[in-house]
Amino acid sequence: MPDPDSQATPDPSPLRVLVDLNRCQAYAQCCYAAPAHFAIEGREALFYDPAPPAGMRAEIERARISCPVQAIRVEVPGQGLL
Amino acid sequence: MADATLLDQVKDPKNRADPYPIFARLRANPVSRQHDGTYVAATHAAVASLISDPRISSETLPPAKRPLTGNPFTDWVVKPIREHITDTHRPFIFRDPPDHDALRASVMHQFTRERVQAMRKRSDRLVADLLNEKCGAREIDIVDDLAYPLPVTVICELFGVPREDEPKFHGWATQLATALEPDSLDDDAVRAKNSRCFDAISAYMAELIAEKRRHPVDDMLSGLANESAPGIGRMGQYDLIATSILMLVAGHETTVNLIANSVLTLMRHPEALERLRAEPGWAPRVLEEVQRFDPPVQFRTRKALAEIEIDGITIPEGAPVVLLFAAAGRDPEAYAEPDRFDPDRHDNRHFGFGGSLHYCVGAPLARFETEAALAALAGRLRNPRLAGTPPYRPGAALRGPQHLRLAIDGIA
Amino acid sequence: MSAAASPDRAVVVGSGLAGLRGAEAMRRAGFTGSLTLVGAEAHRPYDRPPLSKHVLTGAVAADATTLPSLVPLEAEWRLGTAATGLDRKNARVHLADGSSLPYDRLLIATGTRARAWPNPHEGRLAGVHTLRSREDAAALRGALAAGQRRVLVIGGGFIGCEMASACAALGIPVTLVEPSATPLARVLGTHLGDVIGAMHAARGVEMRCGTEVEWLEDDGRGRVVRAHLAGGGHVETDLVVVALGAVRNTEWLADSGLGADAGGLDCDADGHALDSEGRADTRIAAAGDVARFPHPLYDGRRVALEHWGHAVAQAEHAGRLLAGRRPDRPYAAVPTFWSTQHGINIKSVGLTEGADGFVIAQGSPKEGRFLAVYGRAGRCIAALSIDCARWLPAYAAQVAARAPFPPIRGATDQPADLAVLPPGFP
Repeated sequence: MPDPDSQATPDPSPLRVLVDLNRCQAYAQCCYAAPAHFAIEGREALFYDPAPPAGMRAEIERARISCPVQAIRVEVPGQGLL
Repeated sequence: MADATLLDQVKDPKNRADPYPIFARLRANPVSRQHDGTYVAATHAAVASLISDPRISSETLPPAKRPLTGNPFTDWVVKPIREHITDTHRPFIFRDPPDHDALRASVMHQFTRERVQAMRKRSDRLVADLLNEKCGAREIDIVDDLAYPLPVTVICELFGVPREDEPKFHGWATQLATALEPDSLDDDAVRAKNSRCFDAISAYMAELIAEKRRHPVDDMLSGLANESAPGIGRMGQYDLIATSILMLVAGHETTVNLIANSVLTLMRHPEALERLRAEPGWAPRVLEEVQRFDPPVQFRTRKALAEIEIDGITIPEGAPVVLLFAAAGRDPEAYAEPDRFDPDRHDNRHFGFGGSLHYCVGAPLARFETEAALAALAGRLRNPRLAGTPPYRPGAALRGPQHLRLAIDGIA
Repeated sequence: MSAAASPDRAVVVGSGLAGLRGAEAMRRAGFTGSLTLVGAEAHRPYDRPPLSKHVLTGAVAADATTLPSLVPLEAEWRLGTAATGLDRKNARVHLADGSSLPYDRLLIATGTRARAWPNPHEGRLAGVHTLRSREDAAALRGALAAGQRRVLVIGGGFIGCEMASACAALGIPVTLVEPSATPLARVLGTHLGDVIGAMHAARGVEMRCGTEVEWLEDDGRGRVVRAHLAGGGHVETDLVVVALGAVRNTEWLADSGLGADAGGLDCDADGHALDSEGRADTRIAAAGDVARFPHPLYDGRRVALEHWGHAVAQAEHAGRLLAGRRPDRPYAAVPTFWSTQHGINIKSVGLTEGADGFVIAQGSPKEGRFLAVYGRAGRCIAALSIDCARWLPAYAAQVAARAPFPPIRGATDQPADLAVLPPGFP
């Protein structure tokens, strides 16, 4: 059975972002680093885009490394974990 | 029995250039009692635990103490009122919830992502301009020529303080920042001096706030003076003054050390400097690693509100508690090869910006400014060499070089 | 047993979060043999929490939540192919396509599925949904985007509450029906469940607690139009979400001789699967929602936890175990979960079950931000944070240490009176 999620597309695959929301403490550093892809809703609920475009890599990387509790994981499909 | 004078040794100016061997000795006990009854948390786990413990208070500022003037009306009427106001409207770095949370939320409401992003672009421009001014020079002082003017300009523009007024409050800011140094406020003369500075900078701020009320513009101070965050009333006048002073002082005294410590670390790790030159996108990782390896805020002093049991030790109620961030960053239990400078390391949960409720408000700004400075320096300084051993500023808590002179072959 | 000297065909049944993290843990622990992941769903492992939140509001696409791989797996994927049986004697997993896979090490992480509406005919009506998979979420998103007169949510657990919250965010009228006196009563007790209920009501959710939906009426053409409540009332609706909890996927183990039933697959303290006689099969481990294991923090009581963090932590433990690393201590991660409803961050550590009291330890319910600690027999067993997450780590440490209850006093941001209240479990 072919893997339906790994078909080649003309655009580079989006990044895969995952935040461990058990760990997240709403420090909001990701929201300043990559404002289009992370946001705090209400007082402390983090919303994030799990599939930002590959072109946002530098911003998403800044978000990942600036997280005080290191709750963010980012995979570049085909290249592995940042 | 552990050496109960280790914190004294940390404070001793002769150990300023390299306190890390003392930190290693402090880490032998996660929490240790010093001879003066201060408790020091030195391991990553102990700092992490205490910094998020609600029994640890930030309300450590002793009461204001202004000198007597000899004028009975001033000394017995005006002075007590002013001191009451100062003591009940401290900057939120010295306050606990719920007051802390409301004040901080008001600031965060104005510290918008748009404003920070705008300052990110501005930082790149400012760094370019500052380096252009040094074109043709054979020597550069990283502190005076870049690390100081950059964050000061950014905080002035973001907050809405005229940049040309900066020389006025430069000295006040430096003096007020000594409040973060241990023991400094035990000295009546220092407290009196701080009170005078506070009064002077307060008067300046009150005038500026009045101006922002008459003519609001798009800056943080106008926002704080005229708007209120959702669910929180508009900040009162005295809190607004204290908060403004805090922002201004913080913008002066910390990023300068982050940039200078970063550059010094890079000078001592030429392979890292070389890589940064080739790969400017590496700068964010470099600065996060500096926050672990040689952070600008080395420790903060808090207070135990109740007895706290930790690692077999009982911190008594009322005891001062030093959270030694810089020692936690070198803890081998938390980091492999902690004394190696390695920006590629994973899971770097440093305390360079503190943590929990009092996590540095300005961290995003500090990051963008430092990133801009490091990327430009690596790319533009030709053949930089350390010109002598850098002298350190007096602070043990806010620690960094007074000057950082580099010999260069020019600026690209 | 060392990884290199042992046989080397590993099969992971279940391609969700636990299956993926378990497989990665095996690789990380040095397993170099062949690795096959079997999944009933046709997708690479994806993250479920967004499905009941931002996928419903349209902020995230249903197919955007593929999980990042933390380790290169070099695995064979058998996706869209459910496991149908386990033959332990011959060490083979049977698949729905008639094939079978031999294994030397087997990780069982088949998780759960949504509990269906008890009346199968009504459950199949157009407009009646459950929410578990990516397809479920996409279908619900489509229906919500098309606009609805009124959504009816059946069940006041976390999925039901999140569903109601998404409707409120979209401005769609929504009714939530829950047989207990409050939502989340089983997990939080009625006292704090009431706080959550009030929060929903304040944001426009019509709360119908203490009643049940008896039957769903259709329009004669197979589409739901009305729900009839016990005691005579009814709710006019065109979209019904059945949120009655989850059922563990253990049927495929029926003839395996393992100790499995609707409550999960029994494991020992290490995570090895137990047979129906209680003997460990050391070739097999289980992780995630499906695993029922003795939790050291709760006096060895057997629990099966449907928590995201648990799926990760237990899968990592099980993966190492299968790779041949003997654990130095039993799996004992403190349970944690989070939920967001109406932009309010709800987090918890520990298990509230059996609590005989709770205190408001930080903040205040009146301000809408507080932290409650649950106790049992004088020990802290759980903490719940409502928009108060910065204080949670301190209390998580108290729960992990089974510290005396009521907990720490003299703290900042703490009510003057730490009154112990009855939690009110149904």
